[in-house]
Amino acid sequence: MCGIVGLHLRNPDLYPRLGEMLSSMLCEMEERGADSAGVAVYGDPQWCPPGTVTVSVLESQQSSLELSTAVTARLGTSVSIAQVGETQLISAPVDVEELKQTIRDVAPGSLVAGFGQDLAVLKGVGHPRDLAAEFGLASAQGWQGVGHTRMATESAVTPGGCHPYAVGDGQCMVHNGSFSNHATLRRELIRDGVTFDSENDTEVGARYIAEQMRRGATVEEAVHSLSEEFDGFYTLLVSNRDSFAVVRDAIACKPAVIAETEDWVAMASEYRALTDLPGIESARLYEPEPNRIYAWSRKEVSAA
Amino acid sequence: MNTLTDTTTFDLQSSTLREVNRALHVPGVAGAFSIRNPRGAHALAAGVNAELEISIEGHVGYYAAGMNQQAAITIAGNAGVGVAENMMSGSVRVTGNASQSAGATAHGGLLVVEGDAAARCGISMKGVDIVVGGDVGHMSAFMAQAGRLVVRGDAGEALGDSIYETRIYVRGSVASLGADCTVKEMRPEHHEELAALLAAAGYLEDDTHAYTRYGSARQLYHFTVDNADSY
Repeated sequence: MCGIVGLHLRNPDLYPRLGEMLSSMLCEMEERGADSAGVAVYGDPQWCPPGTVTVSVLESQQSSLELSTAVTARLGTSVSIAQVGETQLISAPVDVEELKQTIRDVAPGSLVAGFGQDLAVLKGVGHPRDLAAEFGLASAQGWQGVGHTRMATESAVTPGGCHPYAVGDGQCMVHNGSFSNHATLRRELIRDGVTFDSENDTEVGARYIAEQMRRGATVEEAVHSLSEEFDGFYTLLVSNRDSFAVVRDAIACKPAVIAETEDWVAMASEYRALTDLPGIESARLYEPEPNRIYAWSRKEVSAA
Repeated sequence: MNTLTDTTTFDLQSSTLREVNRALHVPGVAGAFSIRNPRGAHALAAGVNAELEISIEGHVGYYAAGMNQQAAITIAGNAGVGVAENMMSGSVRVTGNASQSAGATAHGGLLVVEGDAAARCGISMKGVDIVVGGDVGHMSAFMAQAGRLVVRGDAGEALGDSIYETRIYVRGSVASLGADCTVKEMRPEHHEELAALLAAAGYLEDDTHAYTRYGSARQLYHFTVDNADSY
């Protein structure tokens, strides 16, 4: 099954409560998948200090001190590191590609789980409720977050198989469902020079989106082109620093519900994930139509 | 509702779903029940087989009021996937929207959705009457076998795809008709039937002349020997 949640805050007064709200949404979806879970939080100043870029690292085989010492020595500038569950968040005031490369050099077997400005991606194998506690998710802050509870169907239960897939700068994707033509599309992406971390079908979608966006597509355009190319049953949530988009497959096989108020936009696999959100009683509640893209942007909100 | 009837109240913030459903399944159970704070719970008031009046105050999750027999169940809110699935008799009213597969495979009774119903409303319906106040999504009444579906708004794509029997009445537009579903004439008996269905659902003001009837062209009923080479 898998459970997806996403929360995009419109009212800055709620930013300090992002983690608390996201945590309640994620834990309510634990019955949809309890073998692993992951979240992405945009804008937490502890995890992503302002003025830096952050890389989320798994399986570095080094302690935080060893890793930060090695990265600092290579970069010649001080880095900050936060150990959040199994994930190490390394932040530095440098170019994000330079930081990624440095981490690969000093910890060659490590898995980069996410990278970008203001973005912390945290993943773990285990029960979603335990992982949320381990992350300290409830005290996180920020303006946007997504989460995923996994019931693995397409690949192994490992940190590499966990969602979110955050393979483009500041981007993330979570997915409920399966892609039937992922092997073909994976081969095409590999021919174009794209490399993969896992056998997971979702990663193919995420790499495809990242590739489209690298070529200049907006989140909305990239999601549209994915919905043209990928066969299967899916609900997808794609985010970057400013936006958040939802799409379902053409026959709307996988569930999704969206709720909107003046203060926030939230989506989840099921309504019960939304019941603790402030103002849910008066929210506009609807089910996304098949093959239609629903997108929200922080820029639009601040311009409005 | 009969005000002389005692109403048993449950609050799902203090009672478990199992306690509530168990209370509704007690042999010989009677009367009225009010269920508060459903908070999207699944399978609420499923499998009831008694003449109960059940009112649920809030949004429900999957398969609410599934397999209902005899009870009159009102959901004051939205319903998740498969509301009133396989209902046999009684009635279910949803004041908000319903998700996919509302009234799927239901054999009898009346399902009213005051808002919109999403995809596959009435899929494989087998005798139920469904009245939707708003729109229905794609592939509604897919493989419908018996019963009536009334849509006061618009219908999505492939309405009545591979329909066997079932009369469908739509007031608004139909995005497209599925295989073997066709427009049919509204004869006096159809105006009468539709008026009765609308009245039962509480929509007394509708003009039945604004509706179009759809049903089976019955072309898929027959094996065509000329096509034998294609198989």
